[in-house]
Amino acid sequence: MDFIRTEHLSFYYEQEDEQQNTPIDVLRDVSLSVKKGEFLAVIGHNGSGKSTLSKHFNAILLPTGGKVFVEELDTSDEDRIYDVRRKVGLVLQNPDNQLVASIVEEDVAFGPENLGVAPEEIRRRVDEALKAVDMYEYRLHAPHKLSGGQKQRIAIAGILAMEPDCIVLDEPTAMLDPKGREEVISAVTKLNRERGITVVLITHNMDETTRCDRVVVMDKGRILTEGTPREVFSQVQLLRSHRLDVPQATELCSMLSACGVDFLQLPLDTEECVKVLSEVLL
Amino acid sequence: MSNPILRTESLSLVYGKGTPFEKQAVKNVSIEINRGEVIGVIGHTGSGKSTLMQMLNGLIKPTSGKVFLDGKDIHADKKSLRNVRFRVGLVFQYPENQLFEETVRRDIAFGPHNMGLPEEAIEKRVKSAAAFAGLKPELLDRSPFDLSGGEKRRAAIAGVIAMDPEVLILDEPTAGLDPMGREDLLSQIDAYHKSRNNTVLLVSHSMEDIAGIADRVLVMNHGECVMLDTTQNVFSKAAELEKIGLRIPQITKITSELRAKGVPLSEGILTVSEAFEEIRAILKKEGRL
Repeated sequence: MDFIRTEHLSFYYEQEDEQQNTPIDVLRDVSLSVKKGEFLAVIGHNGSGKSTLSKHFNAILLPTGGKVFVEELDTSDEDRIYDVRRKVGLVLQNPDNQLVASIVEEDVAFGPENLGVAPEEIRRRVDEALKAVDMYEYRLHAPHKLSGGQKQRIAIAGILAMEPDCIVLDEPTAMLDPKGREEVISAVTKLNRERGITVVLITHNMDETTRCDRVVVMDKGRILTEGTPREVFSQVQLLRSHRLDVPQATELCSMLSACGVDFLQLPLDTEECVKVLSEVLL
Repeated sequence: MSNPILRTESLSLVYGKGTPFEKQAVKNVSIEINRGEVIGVIGHTGSGKSTLMQMLNGLIKPTSGKVFLDGKDIHADKKSLRNVRFRVGLVFQYPENQLFEETVRRDIAFGPHNMGLPEEAIEKRVKSAAAFAGLKPELLDRSPFDLSGGEKRRAAIAGVIAMDPEVLILDEPTAGLDPMGREDLLSQIDAYHKSRNNTVLLVSHSMEDIAGIADRVLVMNHGECVMLDTTQNVFSKAAELEKIGLRIPQITKITSELRAKGVPLSEGILTVSEAFEEIRAILKKEGRL
């Protein structure tokens, strides 16, 4: 079942400059669906439209052309905008811009408090959300003293406490070190696998997408290609020609395959690569 | 190599000394950096790498220990410290947050202006620094706040390059850039280094970035310098790096695991093309290609 569906979605900004009043197209005719329970990654360069696309998923932006539906709710229906936002939570790039309170658990409680949830229910949700991202033991800490990966997990817990069906994360790891990245991606993967929460992960770090169900590649406001990580990353030439990253494991084997080495399928990670190359070389 | 451009002698820094928040950020770091080298600096968040970098140009004064620039103790004479900062240029993390002038041109000119250079020389430096940083000339008269994120980053880097420092320190210059922006910026830094033959210290979380550009790698952990060796040697020590929360480039990991299984590959392969050439040579030798 489609959880989010875009139909011929287009979006443009009006230029503020008076001399050039041609609008800038950011999204052009994007038709895409996100299935319930799916872990979808959206990749692409800065300016490819991937962030703009994600902001349409919870009605922060509304289409200038086409439609976006969240569980059949039209996001441009003003009366239903809060229903849409309760279904889809958004986590942004910089955790420092998303944390509001001086104690972790108060920060996580901020969302449900605003929704008017009963105090004992808030307590339950906050504890559960913090446990889900492995931050329960930090519940009484000050957010600004935590590491980037921990802060970002608090931001995710804050969204979780509102019990959305879907979480959209817009480059949640861009400002984190490798350890922080791993913490955030593991937390998100766990939410998807164990709780069935639909996840849309916007990133330009290809290594983070190999665990997803499906990858959509955006380029100049359009969908360049989509498929399972294996289907997408096998198109090394196409990705390279748009100067997108490919895992080094995949790139190496694609170069070898171009000069005649046969692989059943191109590897996506270290383990797979060592396995296929051992078969070839030993 | 004698006469290193930068040398530190048991450099230490303690924050909040005598308070309950006392923290030793840097412990006993003694290193030598040679003229013309590119040093990659790695370590997880909080390992002391940024603090160490800020001590190298005298921005933070060490609690104990010394920094020598070209053989001279930088804190020996207070008056010369200002000059040290012109000679050791530091580009902070997210430097785009520090742009402040009305135009990009004036922002880049700020450093050379403070150095007391004549107007003509400043104009020249601004132009060449902008070119080195990959900033289009037509952007010079724009407000820095009208630039895109990537352009702002380049403008900030140009501002430091314009001082023509002997040592250029870049603290995570590629953080937050997309793969294309990262690749472009790194090749610009590489080209700048090659043409000026100055010394570059590059702090990065991306091991792939470091592998492609550094001659030697400095590894920081809990405030201490735990390794300073050639890039190949450092990345050959996968187990030790993983123990302190760092990883090696994927290609290095793949080739070292194949090597452990008996495939005759070199130790410490750093790039995909190196790995490809070696594997192709093996297959050719066996007559399989």
